[in-house]
Amino acid sequence: MKIMVCPLNGPRPVAEFAYGGEIRRSPDPDTCTDAEWSSYVFNRSGSPGAKYEWWCHIASGYWFVVLRDTVSDVVIATFPADAVRRGALPP
Amino acid sequence: MMHRLDAQAGEWLDRSVPLRFTFEGREYQGFSGDTVSSALAAAGLALLARSFKYHRPRSILSFANHDSNTLFQVDGVPNVRGDVTLLREGMRVSAVNTFGGLWRDKARVLDRFARLLPVGFYYKAFHSRRLFPRWERMFRALTGLGEVNLGAARAATPKRYGFCDVLVIGAGPSGLAAALAAAQSGAQVVLVDESLRLAGNGAPPALVGEAHRSPAITLYPATVAAGYYADHWVALASPTHLTKMRARAVVFATGVIEQPAVFRNNDLPGVMLASGAARLLARYGVAPGRRVVIVAGNLDAYSTCLELHRRGVPVAAIVELRAAPESDAAATSCAALGIPILQGHAPQEAIRGADGGVAGVWAAPLSAAGHIDVNARRRIDCDAILMSVGWAAASQLFLQAGGSTQFSEELQQFIPKELPPGIYAAGRLNGVYEIESRLADGRRAGSQAAAHTGFGTPSNGAVARSARCPSHRFPIIDHPQGKNFVDFDEDLQVKDLENAAQEGFDSSELLKRYSTVGMGPSQGKHSSMNALRVLARYRGVGVEQLGLTTSRPMYHPVPMKLLAGRSFHPERRTPIDAQHAASGAVWMPAGNWRRPEYYAVSGESRAQSIEAEVHAVRNGVGLIDVGTLGKIEVYGPDAAELLDRAYTGRFSDLKIGMTRYGLMLDEAGVIIDDGVIARLGPELFYFTTTTGGSATVFRELLRLNALWGLDCALVNVTGHRAAFNFAGPSSREILQGLTDIDLRDEAFPYLAVRPGNVAGSPARLMRVGFVGELGYEIHVPAGRGPEVWRALFTAGVPRGLRPFGVEAQRVLRLEKGHLIVGQDTDGLTDPNEANAMWAVAMKKPFFVGQRSLRILQARGPRQKLVGIELAATTPLPKECHLIIEKGAIAGRVTSVAHSRALNKSIGLAMLSPELAQVGRDIEIRLDGGGMLAARVAAAPFYDPKNLRQKAGAAA
Repeated sequence: MKIMVCPLNGPRPVAEFAYGGEIRRSPDPDTCTDAEWSSYVFNRSGSPGAKYEWWCHIASGYWFVVLRDTVSDVVIATFPADAVRRGALPP
Repeated sequence: MMHRLDAQAGEWLDRSVPLRFTFEGREYQGFSGDTVSSALAAAGLALLARSFKYHRPRSILSFANHDSNTLFQVDGVPNVRGDVTLLREGMRVSAVNTFGGLWRDKARVLDRFARLLPVGFYYKAFHSRRLFPRWERMFRALTGLGEVNLGAARAATPKRYGFCDVLVIGAGPSGLAAALAAAQSGAQVVLVDESLRLAGNGAPPALVGEAHRSPAITLYPATVAAGYYADHWVALASPTHLTKMRARAVVFATGVIEQPAVFRNNDLPGVMLASGAARLLARYGVAPGRRVVIVAGNLDAYSTCLELHRRGVPVAAIVELRAAPESDAAATSCAALGIPILQGHAPQEAIRGADGGVAGVWAAPLSAAGHIDVNARRRIDCDAILMSVGWAAASQLFLQAGGSTQFSEELQQFIPKELPPGIYAAGRLNGVYEIESRLADGRRAGSQAAAHTGFGTPSNGAVARSARCPSHRFPIIDHPQGKNFVDFDEDLQVKDLENAAQEGFDSSELLKRYSTVGMGPSQGKHSSMNALRVLARYRGVGVEQLGLTTSRPMYHPVPMKLLAGRSFHPERRTPIDAQHAASGAVWMPAGNWRRPEYYAVSGESRAQSIEAEVHAVRNGVGLIDVGTLGKIEVYGPDAAELLDRAYTGRFSDLKIGMTRYGLMLDEAGVIIDDGVIARLGPELFYFTTTTGGSATVFRELLRLNALWGLDCALVNVTGHRAAFNFAGPSSREILQGLTDIDLRDEAFPYLAVRPGNVAGSPARLMRVGFVGELGYEIHVPAGRGPEVWRALFTAGVPRGLRPFGVEAQRVLRLEKGHLIVGQDTDGLTDPNEANAMWAVAMKKPFFVGQRSLRILQARGPRQKLVGIELAATTPLPKECHLIIEKGAIAGRVTSVAHSRALNKSIGLAMLSPELAQVGRDIEIRLDGGGMLAARVAAAPFYDPKNLRQKAGAAA
């Protein structure tokens, strides 16, 4: 089983974690068009490569951000969740 | 004929302990230490098995537990691996997949029809839908392996978990050296080998002793590393259990697997791999025959020849494929002994004898271009043919670990090219063949693996790969009549592969799928390399341009019993579980929980019990355990803000001491959960979620809270609290006797929440209306749940209380037209379609799903949740039965039940909006095609003004 390194709890089996999907920037719901919003809700690029993802350590309820290469399944870096709100994730 | 030789030092037998056993009903004898295969070989049996497809006679091929020829049915257990299963006194052994026994197998006639069964013939011949079931039955019966005993007792095989710094797979010379080097660096080492013993694998005995003595090395003999999973997690399969081994670095010293030569009748009993014959000879004192021919393509053939000669087994000839082979001491000795060596010759065909085994071989000159000169062929009589023509790297696990290989033309072998972090390869797998080099390569890999895990300094000395080619380039001899097998498991001949390629399946992966080469029990261990060579020749390219097929777990067949789990299905139980059982609860699963579906009463049918429970709630009082609901507390200055954003309703203006219905949407505007949200203080809310949604809703709220950075915290108290709904016209009167909370309407109105005590326990009471009667949801600490339940129960029974289960609650809420998320809604239902816009505050600045809901509102509903009613006398449709309008699907029934209070059947349905008018007649299609008339009706059906739950008075 894969080992995931949680920034709070250290290395743990991946079964202790829940995947929360790719992190994507929401358009401003008050100014965007219906088409832009629908695209945000339903469309995923699916392209392989380095992606920011939500992960949760279930037992401790700790959400964090994982930069993961979806080709090699290697975790490149992890970040605290508030990096998303602060816009602090490197491009 | 194979036979036992006199005892010799070093053999694995205890000849003082004879063991009797039967094979195909006849009695034989072996010795303690024998495996099933070695004992049968020693008994001189030519025939041990029938092949998978053509039922051709077969015997030992690899004696390495790799081929499917020596799978047996032993004491009722199918597919026992004869090469490695120790013989026991009284064993009853038989062949697998025969009709009327091994020797008289009626299906052997199939061999003559092989011409009519070309490659891919399943795909070509059996696509008739009408006839397919017949063909399927026939082929399932004809092909296959052992017979499964469906009555076998359940065998518990617990999984073990292991941890080590360095895992070394393979205990040959390089593996042993790697393990010792890693251990000397200070690493904890696990050394795994599929062989029953470590000795006799070609390593110096001193090393074996050292490995046994080293406290840092744990040995796993008779264990197959069956699969490599992420982060160095390796499945180790022993005969009795599976160990999930977590390593920090892995050394692959998995070695090489000897490959057969391909020539006509190369599958006859008596034709075997030279390494297998050498093992039989050294460990079990079994000679491969009385007169042996060796087919040579490398120098190993000559060492084998010398060993046979030393043990007194006559070698009739060495048929050397190469015209000008290199020489070494062994080859020189063979020549000196006068053993005929036919250089530049090939076995054109093995000759079948009267006993079904080998009687000789036709040897013919082989040109440099690979052509056979049939006219110059000569017969050599023999009863065994040993094949020593080359090796294939056992790189399967290494590839699973993410390593890559490339084909070395010099070595005629795939060798490691790229190694992922923590992965090391050593020995013959690495293309290193000479014994001293293998030891040095093992030491290098072991020290590097140890250094990777933080022990010692890595050795950087690269070890040179073999200068000699250990494998023949093309040990494949064409024959016009075929029967030159590439894959022994699947009975595939050279022409089968060529035909497959000709039909367009000419990449290694396609060839495998179409022809099934490498898909039998051996998983290509003896066939992949030669199949690649056949394909490469057909396409006129090099093997390096084709590449190996993808390697996946399991590397080796693993008994299902090692993989099977414990049949362990954990379920959650509320604190009231024992009392439910005492009341006759009939259980049903709800999310992870078990809940009472209803309470069985003797003399009542299921329907009668449910009806009586409903009746008690409507006319007296009922008690239901709702402790399975998710229960969450949120606390902090931003608690109301979090709920405002996560739920559709507005909670920032909710008064302390009041509750409000909460509806949760996803980003697409689809209903995903609901519950009741109570405000206990300015910064404290307590709320419920659905039973099934509690874990995911809580987790999603945590995520949203982390994302938004709000100043509040969430606690999941689902398991901390017991909860009941005490409902019915008499509920207030009875409850007032048990609580210090003033229950009068003016003090405790509908939808209020009050803290206090119930039956001596601290409690939170919420006045709710889910079942449509005056009722109180009572939340108490889980530990106090049983006593509070008992107190309510005892106080209620004289007033006609019945505990009620999920079924009664479904009827009660259906009479009120209340939807259940996930039953009456699906993955596309928005609040507009579910008539739940009353719970949505669109004017709020933001909530999850709001933006999508705006779009959906503008578009209008595609379906509408409506009430339906049916005459009481008609049969009930099922939930999910379709509503048909003018021959097309116009909706579906989502809930349906008979209502005694209303004397009719009622339900909810998702319906096309144009049909969703009260009074509209609709038709429901039943199982079997019958149609049922129904009518769209106004919901709630019962007490539409909600007077009963609000006023608590009889309406």
